Amino acid sequence: MLKVKQYVKAESLEQAYELNQKRANRIIGGMLWMKMSNTRVHTVIDLSGLGLDKIEENEEEFSIGCMATLRQLELHEGLDAFSQGAIRESTRHIVGVQFRNLATVGGSIFGRFGFSDILTCFLAMDTYVELYKGGVISLKEFVNRKKDNDILVRLIVKKTPASHVYLTHRNTKTDFPVLAVALSVNETGGKVVVGARPARALCVPMKEEWSQSISNGSCTQEEAEAIAAELAKQIPTGSNTRAGAAYRSHLAKVLIKRGILKLLEERGQ
Amino acid sequence: MKVVGKPIRKKDAMALVTGKPVYMDDVAPKDCLIVKVLRSPHANALVKTIRIDRAKKVEGIEAVYTWEDVPNQRFTMAGQTYPEPSPYDRLILDRHVRYVGDPVAIVAGENDACVDKALKLIKVEYEVLPAILDFHKSKDNALLVHPEENWEAKCPVGADNQRNLCACGYDSMGDIDAVFEDCDVVVEETYHTLANQQAMMETFRTTCYMDAYGRLNVLSSTQIVFHLRRILSEALGTSKSKIRVVKPRIGGGFGAKQSAVAEIYPAFVTWKTGKPSKMIFTREESQIASSPRHEMEVSVRVGANQDGKIRAIDVYTLSNTGAYGEHGPTTVGLSGHKSIPLYGSLESFRFAYDVVYTNTMSAGAYRGYGATQGIFAVESAVSQLAAKLGMDPVELRMKNMVREGQVMPAYYGETTRSCALDRCMMRAKEMIGWDEKYPCRDMGNGKVRSVGVSMAMQGSGISGVDVGSATIKLNEDGIYTLLIGAADMGTGCDTILSQMAAECLDCTIDDIIVGGADTDTSPYDSGSYASSTTYVTGRAVEIACEKLKEKICQRASQMMDCSVEGLEFDGHVVKDLESKKSVTLQEIGTSSMCGNECALQVTETHSSPVSPPPFMVGMVEIELDKETGHVEILDYVAVVDCGTVINPNLARVQVEGGLVQGIGMALYENIQYTQKGQMMNQSFMQYKVPTRLDMGKLRVEFEPSYEPTGPFGAKSIGEIVINTPSPAIAHAIYNATGLWFRELPITSEKIAMGLLEK
Amino acid sequence: MQINMILNGKKITDEINPDLLLIDFVRNHGCYSVKRGCETSNCGLCTVFMDGKPVLSCSVLAARADGHVVDTLEGLQEEAAEFGAFIADQGADQCGFCNPGMVMNAIALFREHPCPSDEEIKEYLAGNLCRCSGYEGQLRAIHAFMEYKKQGGTV
Repeated sequence: MLKVKQYVKAESLEQAYELNQKRANRIIGGMLWMKMSNTRVHTVIDLSGLGLDKIEENEEEFSIGCMATLRQLELHEGLDAFSQGAIRESTRHIVGVQFRNLATVGGSIFGRFGFSDILTCFLAMDTYVELYKGGVISLKEFVNRKKDNDILVRLIVKKTPASHVYLTHRNTKTDFPVLAVALSVNETGGKVVVGARPARALCVPMKEEWSQSISNGSCTQEEAEAIAAELAKQIPTGSNTRAGAAYRSHLAKVLIKRGILKLLEERGQ
Repeated sequence: MKVVGKPIRKKDAMALVTGKPVYMDDVAPKDCLIVKVLRSPHANALVKTIRIDRAKKVEGIEAVYTWEDVPNQRFTMAGQTYPEPSPYDRLILDRHVRYVGDPVAIVAGENDACVDKALKLIKVEYEVLPAILDFHKSKDNALLVHPEENWEAKCPVGADNQRNLCACGYDSMGDIDAVFEDCDVVVEETYHTLANQQAMMETFRTTCYMDAYGRLNVLSSTQIVFHLRRILSEALGTSKSKIRVVKPRIGGGFGAKQSAVAEIYPAFVTWKTGKPSKMIFTREESQIASSPRHEMEVSVRVGANQDGKIRAIDVYTLSNTGAYGEHGPTTVGLSGHKSIPLYGSLESFRFAYDVVYTNTMSAGAYRGYGATQGIFAVESAVSQLAAKLGMDPVELRMKNMVREGQVMPAYYGETTRSCALDRCMMRAKEMIGWDEKYPCRDMGNGKVRSVGVSMAMQGSGISGVDVGSATIKLNEDGIYTLLIGAADMGTGCDTILSQMAAECLDCTIDDIIVGGADTDTSPYDSGSYASSTTYVTGRAVEIACEKLKEKICQRASQMMDCSVEGLEFDGHVVKDLESKKSVTLQEIGTSSMCGNECALQVTETHSSPVSPPPFMVGMVEIELDKETGHVEILDYVAVVDCGTVINPNLARVQVEGGLVQGIGMALYENIQYTQKGQMMNQSFMQYKVPTRLDMGKLRVEFEPSYEPTGPFGAKSIGEIVINTPSPAIAHAIYNATGLWFRELPITSEKIAMGLLEK
Repeated sequence: MQINMILNGKKITDEINPDLLLIDFVRNHGCYSVKRGCETSNCGLCTVFMDGKPVLSCSVLAARADGHVVDTLEGLQEEAAEFGAFIADQGADQCGFCNPGMVMNAIALFREHPCPSDEEIKEYLAGNLCRCSGYEGQLRAIHAFMEYKKQGGTV
């Protein structure tokens, strides 16, 4: 059980940052993961009083506060339209509504969990994180950085035009994914992100000719399969209680292919 | 019938749906000591030294107990009729710990925090021993799970602790080898099912306190109040009269609470300290240290003629009872005795089994109780036989299934006096559209739709063993009180038994007050397990009510000064047909409290020499994704013969609930151990019971037969309902892929990888 | 530390440990309908409303509920009885242990979608596990309840 000595509802990011520099202190997001840990924390720092639970949209980007919940992500119409349903798809399978009303974007991203649906989904997009001290860096860079004591203030998703798709395979409908695949493609390029390998999501860029043929709709089913096979080869997978590496590699191929076909299908409509 | 056969609301329903405080932890004394146990991190070890001095000094700690503090007298936690077939192989705390999770010390303190702290301060030095984790390697292994001298099997079940055997046995009819020799077609396969968890929503929990008479009162979430009283008296080494066991509302059981999983620890604490205590298992404890299904490997041989006549079935079951033997000798029996008799005109059968100890969590009773495992194997083999014969599996079953009036040699020679299995099959076939859908349809998008079928049976109580009793009494306002020792664990037996009483007494269900099981006040009942309550206790209710009616008439005859013979009781008034005089039930009740020498109260006990099987057919339609291996249940139809349906709503929900548990077992619920013997599926995050998105659509119908030995013609329903999903789904998967999966759960990974290898 | 909240319409102030979970807080205040079924936020038994939204009270610090409005089934007895009667009429209550959490979340569902489709119902309630009923009876009950509401709550 999580044991906590002190609870502080931060009154400013500066105060939260100061407190967070002590090793025995922690920032809490939705607390869903932390609550299961058998750790002792001196001070938990709650950011929920700082108005960071908003999702804002302007011409160029979405700004998603770290305390916005997964349920807010799921229901946000602008994000849904921009991502062609990918963001909703990446949230709606996560446990249940009550869970998603608590789990926060900041907690999910900061934890850099291998199983994370939303990390996988956002990695495929033109996404940045704003750190309190570290400023704005790309999500990809953030994910590969060692965890430090900075604060993830918001997620910024640039409205770079692209087609998005998100697919997973799960043993039961609300379980962690056995494998998650996010694709993002436009005329100038594309990437595929594979999560729940089960290690942390990995992003592989697409060859230009592939993204072009997908974007302009000339890609055939056979080509989609070949592209998927080629991409899947570059994704190392492992085993855990949910599935073995060989199956995950197979799924990577299948889901990437399906992702490409779905993009083509949507383009055709 | 006015009350029986009606979809009456459960008497406790509104309290439950509005969240009233009716469960153990809602009513436990507020100043309870919190009881927790320290559990072994090793699969097999001896406690060399254990230091508790620092733990005891933690503020708020009342007591810390180790193996040195408990009686050295072995007992079993199995809730069974004495002498229990399960061996006496437990101590409250044992120096020898036999699985990861076996208790090493009991800690009691004022609150969770101090108990948690004390648990961390206990220092144990273990002598770690090699462990038997693979149940194939257990029998006659030099390494013994129970080497101790005071291990004891009270019944001749073939147990031998020097061979790691919890039980072994054999049953047969005819010359099996000769018949197989003569068969045109033989299928021989081996099937493997896992130690699935019941995963009832309320974990194991018990609270104890001493009453004004110096007796230990135990309020527990249990299915077996009377057995529990005996188990506790044996474990504590005290008289049964010193103990009272009561059950509140129970948050689900499914057999899990047919073993004394949690009770002994708080009982020991209260017995020692005299203070109230409570123990609530965490979900993790419920997953890793409880009483799940017995893992079984079932080898089946089925022999038939080319025309589809099934002539012989041979079953060998290897069952893993884990570290202790609760329900080990009995569950295994059902794997053959309740699978082979589905086929009615065998020339020969053979059923042999071994039940072995290993250093894994000990098993217990889970809905289906061995029949589930055996039926998965036998029904899968029969479906494979159909494929081999090129016959429709429904037709093959129609040709061979057991029929009403047949003797079932593999079912202790009982005769089926009620059996609508054939009607169940025909109706299920019609409901699912078998002829149009069998075996499969390619949907053209990498997906295949296919169907599968399975039959099932179970028993209704344990013949010649289970005892059900009912006390019924008339109160002064003409309302009756029904006292039972059976345990309503959500199944609705309080309501079902009240329906029967109301039917007999010609009144409404609201005229029956029913009370939960209490060893001090309830008449003796073996408890609610083995699909016994409706059939066995129900009959006791029926008999008791008939007798009470006689007594009511007797009292009325005294009141009206006339003879009993001419009296008629219509539920409200007793009329003397000759004099036309009458007295109301209320008047009779009131008069019984003044100058009366005749108790308007009857207790009747019933036991049945037979255990008539309910029967059912399950058919499933799935859609299988050939690339990912994902199986989507589209439609599950179940047609059940449980004799007379006492309450169609409650019966239907029993079926639906059992089907979904069965679907979980077939597809999702995995049990995985590390190499060191630690169970990994220790939470609802890692042990995936189906959500409402995972179970597809269920359609349930009844094809009632009439069981002459049952109350109002009823048989059981509680357990049979979990038996068809595994074989029916495995069959559907075969029809979609051409691959047989003989190990549960059939994950999408197994299917996809199987198809890739094909 | 001290916290204030409006629990079932009543303003309360209490002194708590910072790691007290909301589930234990509300149970300490007599809201026994709130059950614990797991430790991993998977079962939905502990569902309460925080500021009107269904959340898992096992996964929220009571401290975090400071200054917020919390409702449990104890505060929604009329709605619980109205909807719960339909569960009872199917016999789908069974052991009842998951019922309060499921009824809470169903109330939340109806507040968000007065006429949900089957898919919406299943998806919304997916986080409420039930081991007894097989879910089908709950779905029948929800259908019957929606019909009753459509008829103006008089059927």
